[in-house]
Formats: sequence, structure tokens, C-alpha cells
Amino acid sequence: MQQSNRLRPFFENITFDRHDNELILNFGPQHPSAHGQLRLMLHLQQEQITKAHPDIGYLHRGMEKMAENMIYNEFMPTTDRMDYIASSSNNYGFALAVEELIGLDVPRRAKVIRMMLLETNRLMSHLFWLATTALDIGAMTVFLFAFREREYLMDLIEDYCGARLTHAAIRIGGVPLDLPDNFIADLRKFLDKLPENIKDYEDLLDSNRIWLMRMENVGVISKEMAQSWGCSGVMLRASGVEWDIRKEEPYELYDEVEFNVPVSDKGDNYARYKLYMAEMRESAKILYQVIDMYAETGPELMAHAPQYISAPKIDIMTQNYSLMQHFVLVTQGMRPPVGEVYVATESPKGELGYYINSQGGAYPYRLKLRAPSFWHTGILTDLLPGHYIPDVVSIIGTTNIVFGEVDR
Amino acid sequence: MRAYTPKDDVQKKPYYTDRYWVAPQVAKSDVSEDAVFAHDLEAIKASFDVLDAYIQVKQMVVVINAADNHSVIELLKNELGYNQLSEMSAIDWLAQEGKFEIFYQMLSMSKRKRIRIKCKISEKESIQSVSSLFRSADWSEREMYDMFGVVVNNHPFMKRILMPDDWEGFPLRKTYPLQGDEFAQWYEVDKIFGKEAREIIGPENRDPARVDRYDTERFSRLGHEVPHGADISQGEPDTPLCYQENEGVFLIQKFDAEKSVVISDRDR
Repeated sequence: MQQSNRLRPFFENITFDRHDNELILNFGPQHPSAHGQLRLMLHLQQEQITKAHPDIGYLHRGMEKMAENMIYNEFMPTTDRMDYIASSSNNYGFALAVEELIGLDVPRRAKVIRMMLLETNRLMSHLFWLATTALDIGAMTVFLFAFREREYLMDLIEDYCGARLTHAAIRIGGVPLDLPDNFIADLRKFLDKLPENIKDYEDLLDSNRIWLMRMENVGVISKEMAQSWGCSGVMLRASGVEWDIRKEEPYELYDEVEFNVPVSDKGDNYARYKLYMAEMRESAKILYQVIDMYAETGPELMAHAPQYISAPKIDIMTQNYSLMQHFVLVTQGMRPPVGEVYVATESPKGELGYYINSQGGAYPYRLKLRAPSFWHTGILTDLLPGHYIPDVVSIIGTTNIVFGEVDR
Repeated sequence: MRAYTPKDDVQKKPYYTDRYWVAPQVAKSDVSEDAVFAHDLEAIKASFDVLDAYIQVKQMVVVINAADNHSVIELLKNELGYNQLSEMSAIDWLAQEGKFEIFYQMLSMSKRKRIRIKCKISEKESIQSVSSLFRSADWSEREMYDMFGVVVNNHPFMKRILMPDDWEGFPLRKTYPLQGDEFAQWYEVDKIFGKEAREIIGPENRDPARVDRYDTERFSRLGHEVPHGADISQGEPDTPLCYQENEGVFLIQKFDAEKSVVISDRDR
């Protein structure tokens, strides 16, 4: 006899309802075009979706719980595992939130390096998005092209911090390292070629009949819907809301660089695709400006705040008090003041927010991670009904969800 | 005697805190310092009780009664232009005062302002859903229920979201241990193999730092790894390190490591 608490097929549980033609399709959790562990329960009439229930949690690691049991610096590498396609932007959001909490000012060179990391991460993320979405739609060439470009960026990041995927390249109070010698030259080489590359992708896709059929007027998100679902980033801007946190609530040096925020009022997949392409060009524009800023900065990389931040290595090795301070900060951790802070940054996926409630201890009392993809997955509940099965793939593609971030 | 550890708050604590140490505070400023916030606060005060209001790190925090949460957020959305609910969740204060603190993080794109509405409810109380105002609250409230067990009234689909449906316990409560409770360590064994397999399989190792396979005391003896506690008085068996490539890689016929090049230069 079968037992109901086993995971073996248990057919007594399934009732076949012959009253209507409704079919319930279980999409995922292991599906190559679900971009992670997304399970969708789709109610179908023929091939049309009438109801959709996204089911998440297959990658839930309890990061918020982990954060409560880690000192602030210890949590930094964990943030990498949220949006693992652009991990420096997660590091940065966390570092910025803690800096706002303790009121730190970061040296200018660190800001410039952070800007470079953030924008290279944005490029990496957008290239990855383009590659995987194109692959889902069937455009293998674009996938290979975009991954080639992404590889050069990964090499650059590897030159900087030694890691390719989980960078942990930003510290609370600054950055750990200065740029390596060849970094700027290599970055420039990459950027000089990037417009050509983007043009290649666009030549392949922009007027491609299959691409247009899968993208145009599919997955239309209205302005009200986008706002109500808490959408951010490209998902919001493609629906006609001009809102980029880099522009509206500038952090780091975004108020000193010139860039445009591409907006579309179409709200469909194609609009989102065009915005990603436009954003890549804007990122390149920002990077050129930041490269020029780098030469004029002083050598400091970490903020000077002995209560919270360890002294530079040379001080630790030569001065007794710095060594003691360092020891306390490493073993007990910094203790930010009592208070709470919510800091939002524009990650490649949208509004990445960190809410920190500190009770003055070395461990945050509560840390809430506001990951944009969480709501970009939730919106599928309202977005998918009315569409057909093949549209599911292209809609999931253009929402650009990453499950490290959805489930946290 | 064993040191006492509080059971109502199992969050990790620093091993040492100076007895004279006083935590500094993040500065709170008066709401009147910001004209936009002052106006918004007046509008809220006109119809609802405001228990506390201040500006902290550029954002206004308004503490209200839990019963008013839906109507205050409705006012903020419809009258004051706070058109997005960026985030909402709870904070566990059960150990200190037996209450949950619920916060709603809201954003006004027209004013470029962020505001945080907070209210407190006791453990047995429930709160009104705001998912009729903001669809984003649908999933946030489910997550809040999943993690804290805060019940939300009038929610269209009140169900766990991240944890399995048949999970017991609320992971983000301070009473819940980091590595899970007893239910957690038997969950997968019971689910997949049945309760009767418990003795054969044993509880799940939920401590990622625990190593129970290799000899962690003599880890430097590469090539001589033996199971932990193995008797090596009669000599150690060799476990040579070998790479797959030595034998050739499956499906790859003409690979020659000597002739391969790594493209590192952008111009190639």
C-alpha cells in the first residue's frame, strides 16, 4: 500500500475533473527557462492561461536570519548570493546602508572604484539577461556573443578582486583594494568595442521576425499595475514611469556624471528589451566619465573611523593601538548606533533596498532585504492570465528575475 | 553550573561587552525641519492618532495604532501621493514587550520622499491586509506570515510563501534557532523516507560548518585522507589525488592542454 507522506507518485491524490477542459500545468521548479527554481502552477484552457500561481522558496536560505547572527562585515559575502549575476551591487547596497546608519563618509577614490564596479556589474547583468533571454527564445548566436562580452567583464572583475561571480569587492567604509595597473586600459578597450557589440545584437534581434512575434505586445504591464506591484528598474521604466534611483536619489557620484534614463510607455517585452540595450550604452557612458575621475583622486580607500573601520594594513602592522582596534573589530564586530535605516539603490534588476534595525549590538536586530525580483515574480500572478504557454517563457525572460534574490 | 541562555531570544550575542558601554543613537530630527514631511504628518494627524513621528536618516517615521493601518496607508496612497509600497515586514519584540512591530516602507515618486509607517501588535492579534491598496503587499504579507506567524486579515491567499506549506514554526522569530529546531532536522527524512527510516538515516546535518567525513585533525596530509577516527597504527592507505583530465575528458577527443590558448587580450 502506498503511504501519503512519501514523495513517490501517489495517484490516489489526483482527481481528474471532466466537467471542463481546464488543465493544470506544473511548470518547474526545474525548468531551463524558469531562470532558477521557479514553480508556476498554470491553469489552462486549451493553450491559454486562465490562472497562474508562482510558487517560490526553492532557494530559500534564510539570509535575513543569517544576517541576525553575523557581525556586519561577516554578512558581506552572503549578500553576493542574492543577485549572483551582479554581486557587487548587492555588496554595495549593504555597505551603503551600514554607512548611512553610522554616518560614514567614503573617500573619493573608493567612490570612483565603487562606481566602476557597479556599472561593470550592470553591464554584466544586462549582457547575461540578453544572453539567456535570447537563448530562451531560440537565438543561440546572441547567447554566445553576449557571453563572450560578459567574459571580458568577468576577467576585469577577476583582475580586481580575484573572484568572477561572488565578488565581495566592496567593504563597509570603502573598497579593499586599489585598481590593478592594467584595469583602466582593459576597461577602456572593452568599452571602445561595446557599441559595436551592442549593434551586433540589435542587428540580430531588432527586426528579427521571431523575436518580434515573441516580444511585441506580449506581457504588457500597465503603469498602475507596475506601481501597485512595487516594480522597479526596467520593469517600471518600460511601463512609462521615469524613475531611476541613481537619478532621483543620487548616491555615490551619480550626481556628478551625465547619463540618460531611457523610458518607454509600451510596457511590453520588446520595450523592456530596448531599455536593457539603451541602459548598456548609458552604463558605458558613465564608465568613461568615471575613468576620467579616477586620476584626480587621492590614495585613500577606506574611511577613517576607528570605532567602526579597521585602520589601513600598514598601521595595523606598525601601531599597537590600531592592531588592538582591528582585533576587537574582527572578533566582536563593529557596533553601529541604535536606530534604523532603509537605503535603496538601483541594482541592475531594480530597487535593491536594505532595511537595518540596529539596537547598538554587533549583530543587526533585524535586517530586511528588499529584492526587486521578489515582486517581479509576484506580478506573474496578474500578468500571465490571458497569455499563451510560449509567452510564459518570454515573459519570465524579460522580468529578469534571479532566484537567489527572490528567495534570499 | 551551565551558563544561562535565554530561550526567548536565541540570537547570537557578542562574547564580550564592556559593562560601561553605552550605545550611541542615530540622530532623530523633528518633522518640522522638512516642509514636505511636516505637511504629510499634519494630514495624517488630522484624522488619526500619531504616537510618534520623527525624521531619521532622511526618512520620516510615523508610529500609528495598528487598527488604523489600512486607512492611514489609504490616505497616503490616495491623498498624499505615496504611490509605492516598497517593502513591509515585521520585527520581533516578543521577548522585550510581547509584541510584533510591523513596518510599511513607502515611496512617493512625485515628492521623491520615503516614509515608514510603523505599528505594534501583540502576538495573538492580527492585522488588516493592505493588499487591496497595493498588490505588492500580497506577497509581502504572505512572507511576513511565513516568517513571523503574524496573521493578516482579509488577505486573498494567506499561505506560506518561502517555507513548505506543512512547515512548523516561524523561522524569523527570535525564539527560533539559526540552525532550525527539531522539526526542521527531521523534516526531509520524514517527508521522503517516512518516519520509520529515522533510525537508519539519522537527523539532517543543519550545521554547514560541521565536517563529519574527513579527518579534520590531520588535514595537511594530502593523499592520505582517512575517515575520522580510523586506526592508522598499521600504516595508512594511499588515496592519490587524481584529475579527470589525466584519463581524458568524456566526449572531448582532440583536446591538447599544451596547445590550448587562453584569450586574455581584448584585441584578439
